[in-house]
Parts: sequence; structure tokens; C-alpha cells
Amino acid sequence: METLATIWFVLIIVLWMGYLFLDGFDLGVGMLMPLFSRDERQKRVLLNSIGPVWDGNEVWLVTAAGATFAAFPHWYASLFSALYVPLTLCLLALIFRAVAIEYRGKGHTPAWRSFWTWAMALGSLGIAFFVGALLAITSTGLPLNEYGDMVGGAFAWIGWPALLGGLGGVGFALVHGLLYLGLKTEGPMRAKARRWALRAMLPASVPFLIWFWLAGLTRFWLLAVVAVSVVFLTASVRAVRAGAEKRAFTFHVIYLVTGLSAVFAAVYPVILPSTLNPAHSLTVTSASSSEYTLGVMFVVTVIFLPIIIGYQIFSYRMFLGRLRETHIPEAHRLPVAIRS
Amino acid sequence: MDPVLIGRWQFGITTVYHFWMVPLTLGLGMLVAILQTLYHRTGDEVYLRSTKFFGKLFLINFIMGVATGLVQEFQFGMAWSEYSRFVGDVFGAPLAMEALLAFFLESTFLGLWIFGWGRLPRGVHLASLWCAVIGSWISAYFIIVANSWMQHPVGVEMVDGRPVMTDVWAVLSNNTAIAAYTHTLFGAVAVGASFLLGISWYHLYRRRKDGIDTIAADGELVVGSAPDLPGRDKLDHRVWIRSLRIGAVVGIVAFAGVAITGDVQAKLMFEQQPMKMASAEGACHDGTGFSVLTVGDPSSNDCDGVENVFEIPGLLSFLAKGDFSTPVHGVTTLLPEYQERYGTHLPDDPRYGEHAGEKIDYQPIMIVTYWGFRFMIGFGMIAAGVCAIGLWLTRRGTVPDSKWLMRGALLSITTPFIANSAGWVFTEMGRQPFVVAPNPAQLDGVYMFTQAALSPEVTPAMLLFSLISLTAVYGALMIVELRLLTGYVRGGVASAMPELARVNHTPKITGDDDVLSFAY
Repeated sequence: METLATIWFVLIIVLWMGYLFLDGFDLGVGMLMPLFSRDERQKRVLLNSIGPVWDGNEVWLVTAAGATFAAFPHWYASLFSALYVPLTLCLLALIFRAVAIEYRGKGHTPAWRSFWTWAMALGSLGIAFFVGALLAITSTGLPLNEYGDMVGGAFAWIGWPALLGGLGGVGFALVHGLLYLGLKTEGPMRAKARRWALRAMLPASVPFLIWFWLAGLTRFWLLAVVAVSVVFLTASVRAVRAGAEKRAFTFHVIYLVTGLSAVFAAVYPVILPSTLNPAHSLTVTSASSSEYTLGVMFVVTVIFLPIIIGYQIFSYRMFLGRLRETHIPEAHRLPVAIRS
Repeated sequence: MDPVLIGRWQFGITTVYHFWMVPLTLGLGMLVAILQTLYHRTGDEVYLRSTKFFGKLFLINFIMGVATGLVQEFQFGMAWSEYSRFVGDVFGAPLAMEALLAFFLESTFLGLWIFGWGRLPRGVHLASLWCAVIGSWISAYFIIVANSWMQHPVGVEMVDGRPVMTDVWAVLSNNTAIAAYTHTLFGAVAVGASFLLGISWYHLYRRRKDGIDTIAADGELVVGSAPDLPGRDKLDHRVWIRSLRIGAVVGIVAFAGVAITGDVQAKLMFEQQPMKMASAEGACHDGTGFSVLTVGDPSSNDCDGVENVFEIPGLLSFLAKGDFSTPVHGVTTLLPEYQERYGTHLPDDPRYGEHAGEKIDYQPIMIVTYWGFRFMIGFGMIAAGVCAIGLWLTRRGTVPDSKWLMRGALLSITTPFIANSAGWVFTEMGRQPFVVAPNPAQLDGVYMFTQAALSPEVTPAMLLFSLISLTAVYGALMIVELRLLTGYVRGGVASAMPELARVNHTPKITGDDDVLSFAY
């Protein structure tokens, strides 16, 4: 029981990592839409660089939430109801981001395009902030009563962890998006992505580093994990400087994965601490589903997750190659309504 | 304000809205995949054009389904945390399976399809669309498994006051789920079919009105072309008449499927949720007749005030039991049975909030169930009738030169949507006062009253905040979506294939500079 529940805890953290690793760069590119690009053509390079893959990436979030519901219903119920207000805002952000990507190119007035550009940017910003905040909060805890419900009103979740996680999420996504653009574009945009990444990387990583560091302080061996994380961040910066974009991107992912591992290893076996009374904290065993359900879901996941990763890799391979501005065709104008 | 009521309004609004996008995704997606398959096999440009045109409309709608679907998954935990805790062991699993087995497939391969024109080998490109469509159908299955468990819980036993899953196959093969799934899918196909029919009708009418297609003195159709209008060539006529007739035939078949599966589902529901069906029938007292018109005040939920003016003897028994004579229990018979099994008052428990100790009203709001049931059937029949009439009226190869008929055809697109929404409102509101309806055959204790399901610390103000902001955003996006759809529909095939607007176009699927390869 405890083993299976622990495996599920690890799997859910892996799903969240997968989400940040993949949709993270979509969010970064989304935030960069209004300011990074000089003109319409560059904006469309940004949009099309994530066009074929962003929706598949977002499913990692859907799966993380669904798996939490299935494997740890109490975790899902306590966390989601406590974060009622921020998750409402996050949902609105998710709605605007998705619709912006699909609809921006389907209208042709400057006002239409600029509206959806900003909807995409602010939507991406909101998602990155609230997902980061949610992860930080689930590691530091909420004022939960004996039923697992947050007391203290709609805003009792606000505090430094939410801020740190939120800013950290935004910073991570921004850098991740720049590194992705370095991999995915050609010409002036590629050079610009590199310049921006070099400037942004260290300051944008500070909030996550503080969060990782505080987790590392709890146990000696975790400090070593956090140290590894820091080493990979520095290595990523150096790779950017050297123009080794693939390495920079990979190291940035390893930095995230090691850092988050340290954070969630530090709280284990608690998965949602109560800041009021440790007895009210949710743990892997107290919050989990039955062994049968965990087992069924484990079998399903073991079979399907490799298949999913397989066809997502196939999808990325199909769209391998760099985009340049000259690839982007003339904007496709809707013909005037056919009427006499 | 009663937080349960606000929470229910929010769930109702967001779900009904989401389920405007979903059946179109399920139904139109399948039709576009069929059209592209026809193109793949015949090489006929007619099918390329219809694939691209309806594919574009499909995508405009698809994204709204994705965006509003996220709200569905989150709000169980946000607003209904007690529900999530109670059912999580069994209810979360199909949701997670939906993500793992369906959503990844759907979204990854749809991305490949959108950006894959001319880039993927043609067979792989077509297979991508089929994968996405099958993904959407799998997702419908899992979410209906979850919903059917709320209608008819199976495969669990009570441990420490909560249902714990003991048999995942029982949950996945729940007869309620199989009936509801097939019923929903046929309903979705009907939506896609009406969409094809209405829009194609509009274009055939425009071609006639613009004098491109004419009827000669001998009654023969003369198809023409208008070189100055983008895409209005002779082939264009075939695009629309073919799509219209495919839509009409599919619509009729889908209706037959809806009727058969609906009959199966109704028979199950008479057994599993007799109170829901009794109030759907306005059946206060035991009897065999199907009410065609019930007057009085069904909204009062007071059986003395309800009178069946006209009923067809025996029909209700036939619908419920398959013969014409077995009486079907009415509300007045069922009420004491429910009270005996599940109590007369809600427990005096703080988890019920202000509803603790309240008298339980086992009878759903009869005006909703009665009319919801009839709207579902009625509008479904109208949709099928339009398809049949459409087939007859277009037998000469085009539509009659009538503005009103064209408007009627366009308006008929809404009828299967209305039928779908009415059916869901009926079955969800008919389940009240339960959020998890009891299984009358077994599983004692596996049921939950809606009043106990809400998040205890979530306040009415928080619920109102999300209800208002989501409703406002949904409303605005609905206007945007409809305007985009209208714009693309008006533009005809050329709106999805800009090369048709160029002089001397050659039909082709090109590589890098093709518009759809860089869709955004």
C-alpha cells in the first residue's frame, strides 16, 4: 500500500515535471509574444514554433490533475478547493491562452491581432504563475483543519511560498521559452533569444533557487541534490554563452527536475502539510485511494505512458527544424463574403 | 444565498456550454475524417475541398471544447471537494484514464494533422486525423463511464463510509454507461450531420440566387461558374451537394441509432432511477399511458395539481418494460419507497451546512424533467425530419430557390444541439436530490445527496466570483466563435483554401509555403 502510494506520488510529480518541461516553453513563448518580436511576421514565427505541439503539452497538466484525483482524492479535494480563487484565475488564463493561439490568425484587423497577442501573453503569464504557486504551496502547506479543508477565508493561501513559486514559475517558463526559441528559430530571432536568455537566466531563476534551497536545508543529502541542480543551471548558462543550444535546453530541464525532486523528497511522506497542526497534514497513505485503484491505475500508466511519450517524440521529430521569418507565408485573408 | 444552488448553476452552465462544443467535435470530426478518407481513396478534389472547409470549422470549434473542458476537470475539486473525497476512489480513475488514453492521442495527432498538410506522407496525415477523432471518442467513453457511475454505481463496496472500487471492469462495462455512450455518440453524429446539411444548403442557395446554377426550362439543373467569385466554379457545386447529401443520410442513420439506444437507456432508467422516469412522464400515479400533454402546474411538484390531458394508453409500459400492460409506478407510489430506503430528512450533520436536517424532496423538478425529455425527443425528430425532407428536396441536384427554406435549413443546425442539451439537463436534474444516485439492486449506502457534496469552506462569494467570471467569458467567447464560424462559412471553400482565389489555380497540396502548414 505504502509502496504503491509512494510510486503514485512520484508519478504525479513526474507528470508535473513533464508539464513544466513541455508546456513551460509554450508559456514562455506566449509571454514573449508582445515584446520579443519586432513585427507581425516574427510574432507568427513565435506562434508557429509551438503551434503543432502546445496542445499535446497541455495534456500533461490535465493528466497531472486527473491522476491526482484518481490516486489521491483527498489531496486533489483539499488543494483544489483551498486554491479556489487562484485556480479560477488559472482556468481563465488557460482558456484565453488556448483560444488566442487558435483564433489570433483567423481575424485580420490590427485590433483583433493585438487583443489575442496580449490574451496569449497574459494567459501564459497567469498559467505559469499559478502552476508555480500551486506546486510551491503543496510543498509548504496550507492552514488545513481536521477535515482537510483550508480555513481562514478565500485568500488564506497567500504568502511567500505562493509568491516564490509563482514568480519562479514565470521565470522558469520565460527562460525555457527563450532556450526553446534558440533551438527552434534561425537568423536574428535566434541570436536575440540567446542574448535575452543570457541576461534573464540568473535573475529569473532566483525564486526557484530559494525554494529549492529551503527544501535542501531539511536533510543533508538533499542539499547535495540541490547542489546538482545549481550546477546544471550554471552549466546551462555556460552552454548558452557557448552557443550550444541543445545542451543549454537539456541542462535547464535537468536543473528543474533535480530541484523539484529535492523539494518533494523533503516533504515526503507528507504531500500537503497543514500549517495549523501537523496531525492534519495529508500524507501519501492518508490521502490515497485504495490499493486496488492505485494498482489498476498503475498498470494503465505503465502501459500507456511509454506509448504517449513515443508518439509525442514522433510528433516533435515530424516538426524538427528551425523556423525563419521567410518561412512564414503571407497572412491568409478571408475572402469577402460571397454574395451578390 | 444557498451555496449549493450557486455551485449547481455553475456546474450546469459550464457543462451545458462545454457540451455545445463536444458533440460538434465528435460528430463533425468523424465526418471530416470520412471526407478526407474519400479524398484519399478517390483523389476527387471535391473531397479535398470539403475536408479543408469543414476541417477549418471543426478547428474553430474544437479549441473551445478544449478550453472549456479544463474547467470541468478542475471544478470537481474546487467546488465539490466533499463529492471528490467521497467518490475519488472510483470516479477519479476514468478521468485519469481519459487523459492518458484519449486526450494525449487527440491533441498530439490533431497538431500533426493541422500542421501536417504536405509535410507528412498522405496516409500518415489521414491516419493522424483518425487518431485524433478516435481519441475524442475514447474520451467521451471515459467521461460517460464516470457520469454513469453517478447515475448507477457499480463495482464498489463501502469501506469506512466511502465507496471503494473492487471491480474496475464492472465500472467500465456498466450497462448504464454502454447505453448512454452509444446514445451520446449517435446524438453527436446527428449534430455533425445537421451542420453539413445546413451549411451546404446555404451555399447551394447562394449559387442559385447569384444565378450561377439555374434550372433550365425542361427542369434540368445547369451548373455554372462565376470566375469573379473566389472558389465559385463548377466543382464548387459538387462540394455542396455531396456534403449536403452525406449530411442528410448520416443524420437519418444517426437518428435511428439515437432512438434505438435511447430506448435501451430508458428501459434501464425505469429500473435504476424510477423516480426520474416517473417525473419525466408526469406520471403521478401508476399506469400504462404515455403523456402527450400534461397540464396543471407540473412546476408545483404537487401531484394533485397535475392532470394528463391526453395520453396514449399502453405506450409508457411499452417504453419502460416492452409490453403494453405492465403498469409503471408513479411518483405517489415511489415516494414512500424512497423515504423508507433513504430516509425522510437529511442527517443532522454539519457537513450538510444549512441544509442539515432538512426534509428530502425526492421528486425532481417535474417541469424540467417532463419538458426536458420531450424537447430531447422532439428536437431530435425535427433534425431527422429536416434530413429526410432535405434529401427529397435536393433530388434534382440543388436546393429550391427559397430564402425561407435556406433559413430553415440553417436554423435546423440548432435542433440536434437543443436535443443534446435537453437530454443532459433532463438526466442530470432528474437525478436530484442525489449527486450519486443509489443503485436500487445492491450497494447499500453508496449514494450521496447533492447538499453534502459541496466544498465546506468555499463561500457563496467565491462561488459567485467564479460563476460570474466564467459565464461572462463564456458568453463573450460564444459571440467570437459564432462570428468566426459565420465569417468562414460565408467565404465558402476559398476561406479554407486561399489558392482558389488566385487566377488559374492548380489544385495541389504543397510543402513549406502552404498556409495550413503554418496554420497560425
